[in-house]
Amino acid sequence: MNAIAKDFKQAAAQVASNGKLRAFMRRALSGYEVTRETTRRKYQNWSEARQAASEIKWDAVNHLDKYLQEFIAKLEARGTRVFVASEGAQARDYILQVAKENGVRSIIKSKSMTTEEIHLNAALEKEGHSVFESDLGEYIVQLRHEAPYHFVFPAMHLTREQISDLFQKELGSEPTNDPEELTMIARRVMRQKYIEADMGISGANFAIAETGMISITENEGNARLTCALPKIHVAIMGIEKVLPKLDDLALFLPMLATAGTGQALTCYNSLYGGPRQPGEIDGPEQFHVVLLDNRRTELLADAEQRDSLHCIRCGACLNVCPIFKNIGGHSYGTTYQGPIGSVITPHLRGLQNWKHLSSASSLCGACTETCPVGIDLHHHLLHNRRNAMNEKPLWWEKVLYTGFAFLMRRPGLYRIAGKLGAIFFPLHQLVNGTRLDPLRNWTRTREFPAPSRESFGDYWRKKKSREEANHGHS
Amino acid sequence: MKVSLFIPCFIDQIYPHVGMSIVKVLERVGCEVDYPEGQTCCGQPAFNSGYWDEARSVAEHALDVFAGSDVIVSASGSCGAMMKVFYPELFKETTRHFEALKLAPKIYEFSDFLVTRLGLSDVGARFEGSVTFHDGCHGLRELGIESQPRKLLQHVKGLTLVEMKEAKTCCGFGGTFAVKFPTISTAMGEVKCASLLETGAAVVVSNDSSCLMQIQGMLQRQGKPVRCLHLAEILAQT
Repeated sequence: MNAIAKDFKQAAAQVASNGKLRAFMRRALSGYEVTRETTRRKYQNWSEARQAASEIKWDAVNHLDKYLQEFIAKLEARGTRVFVASEGAQARDYILQVAKENGVRSIIKSKSMTTEEIHLNAALEKEGHSVFESDLGEYIVQLRHEAPYHFVFPAMHLTREQISDLFQKELGSEPTNDPEELTMIARRVMRQKYIEADMGISGANFAIAETGMISITENEGNARLTCALPKIHVAIMGIEKVLPKLDDLALFLPMLATAGTGQALTCYNSLYGGPRQPGEIDGPEQFHVVLLDNRRTELLADAEQRDSLHCIRCGACLNVCPIFKNIGGHSYGTTYQGPIGSVITPHLRGLQNWKHLSSASSLCGACTETCPVGIDLHHHLLHNRRNAMNEKPLWWEKVLYTGFAFLMRRPGLYRIAGKLGAIFFPLHQLVNGTRLDPLRNWTRTREFPAPSRESFGDYWRKKKSREEANHGHS
Repeated sequence: MKVSLFIPCFIDQIYPHVGMSIVKVLERVGCEVDYPEGQTCCGQPAFNSGYWDEARSVAEHALDVFAGSDVIVSASGSCGAMMKVFYPELFKETTRHFEALKLAPKIYEFSDFLVTRLGLSDVGARFEGSVTFHDGCHGLRELGIESQPRKLLQHVKGLTLVEMKEAKTCCGFGGTFAVKFPTISTAMGEVKCASLLETGAAVVVSNDSSCLMQIQGMLQRQGKPVRCLHLAEILAQT
């Protein structure tokens, strides 16, 4: 097992043994499920909406070349500078360059997982820029020097008490358990940062090819300030965020809100289409859009898993995932946690290093069932497992499954093996649950059932011969 | 109606009583039951672990065994889903793809067969006591079986069905997952067990013995007196 997989197992075990944290997350997410259900019922037909969304994304992703060109051309026509980055480093360098050329000191950011993906904050800070996250959850994890716990709810693992303690320590505020008061503390700090900032960096939820606009969804209004106040606005997004038409937002904005947080719509939905135009009195002087590939085209090339580029990053698959609920977000060690993260990370960051995430699933399918754009998530975990083993089988598993196949193709041998198992199983009692127990991964926490002396096959053959005998008598 | 039974390997070896109960119920409702000899495993352990060549080799054997069957009733939703949903994918671009596609619609999970195919809800069973039902994920989400087992349970005389809050939450079994990631699997099992204990039901019923192996294993270790029974074991009682 590689070091990344080992870390994952260790971190997962730690959360799994923390009953309090698990109960806390379960409570939070069951609240989400109730709200989401209520909102979902307001749709005339959720499954048709899902189908429509999936078809629009299919069109967008399968004609990405066309739509990206259209998007870029429309943006540039209004004076936006567009940069297409193949890799994270190129995107970082471009943004650093813009900051340097414009003498940027202070940077304000709104929520963007793409910047997490390319570790932008660290790169900016290294070059001497001060960077402030303006999304409350992101700000909290930034103060804790942590990665987001969940790509929609970055600080969902923290209680109000913990946040209050953090604010006392970092901001010198008074202790409080009132969410509104906690928000006000952050807001007072943040307002000043907006005014000081020379650059605002945002993500994008959707990119509209038809009009050359980016759409940002949020609840705090922080993204609006981030995008409008500083003289430079840089938006960074994955290339898969494209939607063909402006009208598509009529479906996707409510869908993202419903699946993401259970809201009918988030509080703010804004479109940005360029820098300040002649005659306009506000808006940034420069608008840069950075389109990031970072191996998304590898997913695009994989017809089987291409639909994972449909993802709108609503986080619904995390919210219903029993694995996520029991191991938490940090255990994954990825930018994108939960089922979607387990599916795409092996493509974005290397199959052999990240294949363990695809194995760490019971394949229950709750993710696929809930995904608003119909990504075949849990089946893709199976595909990743197959791809990993085709590429590099584990020798002992190869031996095991070759033996398994040999046995299962030979019913006579299978029957004998079953008999031997039943005969020798009582010996297992001697080592049950101990270090010597070959089944200890099971028996450490669970009893293992004893095989039956009489199999169903035995029973059936007896029944048949009995019936035949009776038949002979009559 | 003539039906062929599919009794997956672990039910054959560990829970033969489940198979016997299915025979009892099917014969009671007038089916002519057949057990194609030579059946072993559906190949799911290899398939789920990524060893599709080995899984295909086992699945080919299953294709042979069930080649002559018209209706196949599976004792497990999970193994049924393997044959119904995953064989067509497993055999894609092979010479036996057509056989896999032909087999798929013939496969029924036990409760689905009774309710959907035969149109039954009351199979003349009697069971005194309160039970709670656990949905096996493969049955629920691969095969879409949700109302069928509940319908059957609701028509058992003397039985009260108490739903648990986490009925549709995975029990954490997941085949080899349970031993590859035992701590995660156990944590999931804990959630399941807490939820089913909350109902106060004396029995937990499922249409998948593999889930019950996980649930029973945990309850037993915790010293909880709740019994685990396959749906067929309830329906077999009169």
